[in-house]
Amino acid sequence: MKLLGKLDWSAIPLDQPIPLIASGVVGAVIVGVLVYAWMKGWWPYVWHEWITSVDHKRIGVMYMLLGCVMLLRGFADAVMMRSQQALALHGAAGYLPPEHYDQVFSAHGTIMIFFGAMPFVIGLMNFVVPLQLGVRDVAFPTWNSVGFWLTAAGALLVNVSLVVGEFARTGWLPYPPLSELAYSPGVGVDYYLWAIQISGVGTLTTGINLVTTILKMRAPGMSYLRMPMFCWTSLASNLLIIAAFPILTATLAMLTLDRYLGFHFFTNEAGGNPMMFVNLIWAWGHPEVYILILPAFGIFSEVFSTFSSKPLFGYRSMVMATLFICIVSFLVWLHHFFTMGAGGDVNAAFGIATSIIAVGTGVKIYNWLFTMYGGRVRFEVPMLWALGFVITFVVGGMTGVLLAVPPADFVLHNSMFLVAHFHNVIIGGVLFGCFAGYEYWFPKAFGFRLHEGWGKTAFWLTLAGFLATFIPLYIVGMEGMTRRLQHVDNPLWDPWILLAGVGTVIIFLGVASQVVQLVVSIRMREQLRDVTGDPWDGRSLEWVTPSPPPTFNFPVLYDVHGEEAYWGIKQAAIAQERLHDEPDYQPIEMPRNSPTGFVTAFFAASMGFALIWHIWWMVALAFVGAYATFVVFAWRDEDEYEIPAEEVARIDRARRATRSPEWLATLGPQA
Amino acid sequence: MSGHDEDWGEHDDAAPGDEHAGGSGYSAIQVYLLGFLLAIGLTVASFWVAGSDFVWGPGIPAALISLAVAQIGVHLVFFLHITSGPENTNNTLALAFGVMIVLLVVVGSVWIMAHMNQNMMPMPMDKLMQMQR
Amino acid sequence: MSKGPTPSDVAAAYIQHGPYRVGYNAHGHGYPEARGHGAGGQAPRRVIVGYGFWIFLLSDIVMFSGFFAAYAVLVHATAGGPTGRELFDLKRVAIETACLLASSFTCGLGYVAATRKRQLETQFWMLATGLLGLVFVILEVLEFYEMIVAGAGPDRSAFLSAFFALVGCHGLHVSIGGLWLATMMAQIWLKGFRPGIMRRLLCFNLFWHALDIIWVALFTIVYLLGAGA
Repeated sequence: MKLLGKLDWSAIPLDQPIPLIASGVVGAVIVGVLVYAWMKGWWPYVWHEWITSVDHKRIGVMYMLLGCVMLLRGFADAVMMRSQQALALHGAAGYLPPEHYDQVFSAHGTIMIFFGAMPFVIGLMNFVVPLQLGVRDVAFPTWNSVGFWLTAAGALLVNVSLVVGEFARTGWLPYPPLSELAYSPGVGVDYYLWAIQISGVGTLTTGINLVTTILKMRAPGMSYLRMPMFCWTSLASNLLIIAAFPILTATLAMLTLDRYLGFHFFTNEAGGNPMMFVNLIWAWGHPEVYILILPAFGIFSEVFSTFSSKPLFGYRSMVMATLFICIVSFLVWLHHFFTMGAGGDVNAAFGIATSIIAVGTGVKIYNWLFTMYGGRVRFEVPMLWALGFVITFVVGGMTGVLLAVPPADFVLHNSMFLVAHFHNVIIGGVLFGCFAGYEYWFPKAFGFRLHEGWGKTAFWLTLAGFLATFIPLYIVGMEGMTRRLQHVDNPLWDPWILLAGVGTVIIFLGVASQVVQLVVSIRMREQLRDVTGDPWDGRSLEWVTPSPPPTFNFPVLYDVHGEEAYWGIKQAAIAQERLHDEPDYQPIEMPRNSPTGFVTAFFAASMGFALIWHIWWMVALAFVGAYATFVVFAWRDEDEYEIPAEEVARIDRARRATRSPEWLATLGPQA
Repeated sequence: MSGHDEDWGEHDDAAPGDEHAGGSGYSAIQVYLLGFLLAIGLTVASFWVAGSDFVWGPGIPAALISLAVAQIGVHLVFFLHITSGPENTNNTLALAFGVMIVLLVVVGSVWIMAHMNQNMMPMPMDKLMQMQR
Repeated sequence: MSKGPTPSDVAAAYIQHGPYRVGYNAHGHGYPEARGHGAGGQAPRRVIVGYGFWIFLLSDIVMFSGFFAAYAVLVHATAGGPTGRELFDLKRVAIETACLLASSFTCGLGYVAATRKRQLETQFWMLATGLLGLVFVILEVLEFYEMIVAGAGPDRSAFLSAFFALVGCHGLHVSIGGLWLATMMAQIWLKGFRPGIMRRLLCFNLFWHALDIIWVALFTIVYLLGAGA
């Protein structure tokens, strides 16, 4: 048995310039950042305040940072795909050979969904939900940290595959028999499997954390029907996480057993059934897309309400629609494989269910539009993203209902039409929602607003680029082009491919504008300072806190008398022309920081890497290390620290000082 | 944020697995003992039904499933103290949600895969033998 | 459904009562008149921890259902190899079942002893639980070993793959539970019956009982139905 298993120098792609240069550049940037931070003496701060933090706000920000970085990586893959197709017209070779192209589209999907969109959405929920519920943290703060770092460990493994070994070539869902050992003997599929399984544990802990928080920890008086809409959609999304992710775990475990121990779940021989993989993986896969979109719906509810200066229209029907979508999302999964041969009865049943689920979203769209009607609409950047969402998502949803008709799907399955549809709903829905949430809550997290001009630029460029990229793809899909093609042979499609390439450039400019916006805003942060903590005239409890909120969020938990808890408090203050009296400040106990999350993830990443390369002694060692970490954590005697009452009072008095009667007068009585 | 278990009022939710104050009057040990004895009885019945002719053959699966459901019920009620009271609503709802998902996954998969398998093209005999080891 | 308070009602309530409830402390624990379900402020820590672990267990059961579904689909895919009827030894399964059920009972007794803060009694019942679980795992390992040696390992057919994965997954959970149990025994011995440790013991109890619940489904569907199929 070799000491390093299957690992040797041939794992490094010295003969492939693209991954070599890419990993070299990325590695240099990472090392540069770390060295710079070390030289500036930032490491102790970063370790004590961020890496070992169990504060939901810090963890939320780290999740979003991970998501942003990985969205950029996934976008780089997208640029490579579009440019390869554009360059490979008329029989030219392009620059990506098919084996690499396959890895690129697999990495693109895997990274965008698992390490881009999921962390971003989870980060937003982590940051906002406890603040909106009026409580101090989530139910299990240390588990929260563990969950984040395990997700980061999974992301690390996927990126390591760029420089050590290879990635899967099987698409973002590794269908057997191609993903079985016989047809994918390399380490690529193993990288995928372990990265997803490790981060999957992290996602599950988030699901448990947020469901428990929302159901068992709310401010006094906040009954279910007084929760902000974002909390309802977060509840539904996290219920789906708890229900669906175990199916992913089981199915990928079966594939892993096939590859590692010669099992026959999905092999061609000995009675295996590859179709069963497709069935089980989509039983997870469909709820997954609702896990992504429901929080985005919640963000839009907040944005439409705040920037129309009106309460959300039809709150109760929104709650019903959310729960409806949550339940029905488990009844439609077969529409991802109509063509696999289940027959007319089964296809019809799932096709009808798929069409029905659109009703829930329809209810929500109408409610958002009616929220705007009769309100004083302010076209700030979050509202622009919301309006862009309504227009694009409705189209994307309609193409989804079109695909839900099995005979139509038989023609369009795995065509570019499908690709355009799901990018339409994911970009128009999830991504626009993430950007809206990012703009909306950035001031709360960091204490200064984002530059508005660059935000509007980013919006228009992204919207235009999205349309320019994906409308052509709908068209070529209708004309018969299939997905995942390294090059295109039909000259009639050339103009559309080129147009999609141009669209990608415009999206690139939009992404660049977002980056510029962030840089400019940081430099101009004093001019953009959010002094009061309520920059948008908000309606829910997170806007009562200063920006950024203190560790304990609220000095005394607020009493909630109706929907839009903060709005009532604010109206009372406006009517009385002063803030309420100071509360009776008490010392507050908060959970201690802990390196458990980071250390566990270190062992998990090591174990994953060792499993991929068959380094069995390292697997055992890493497992023992992970278990020991838990025992050490469980053994500690002090798990909280106390914030003295004077400190609480000082922080709250500073907040109260920023909210002067003059500021209250500027808000004035509202509907 | 931790401790303060003593603040548990009469109207708060119960944690799953908690006994309830002012419950049925039976001691905790009696509840566990009763559950244990019931479970033994049901388990013995299961093995006996499977191994004997007491139940008509084609009815055996239904009988076994019923006995299994009963055993699970005994565990839930006597060991996990899941009741239908208002302090247990969240716990029961969560259980119902979980059971629904389990049924959808298992029944749904069996239904779908049975149709798929039936619609597979028939294979010539030599290819079939090739597929076996 | 009634509409609930209007915004001006709410504002009036805040003007009259202030935004904090009278007599309420900064820590945010439930009021005496709280009606449960979280709207009376945060639930006590024990309820939060218990509920969180409960839904974790439900997620674990969903994971098992994935393996159950695969088993149900592949149960006849024996690829010309041995079937369940040929392989399963129901006597051994009966002993395994007895061990696991008894261990659930002893686990409950251990928990009762812990609530009464009796150290030796708690350790005794927990040890009994662990030993019964150990016997279960040993019997299962023996079964796997005999099957593999007889050429009926998981690589023989899809049916056997599904069997080994499903039963093995359960056995793995029992083994990890045993590891957890040993850790808890050490913690209780060294640190006593602190609230945090009691919460963890509650979670362990939930886990152990849930494993027995899964075993009921498992031995019924796999062994009893399989032996007769």
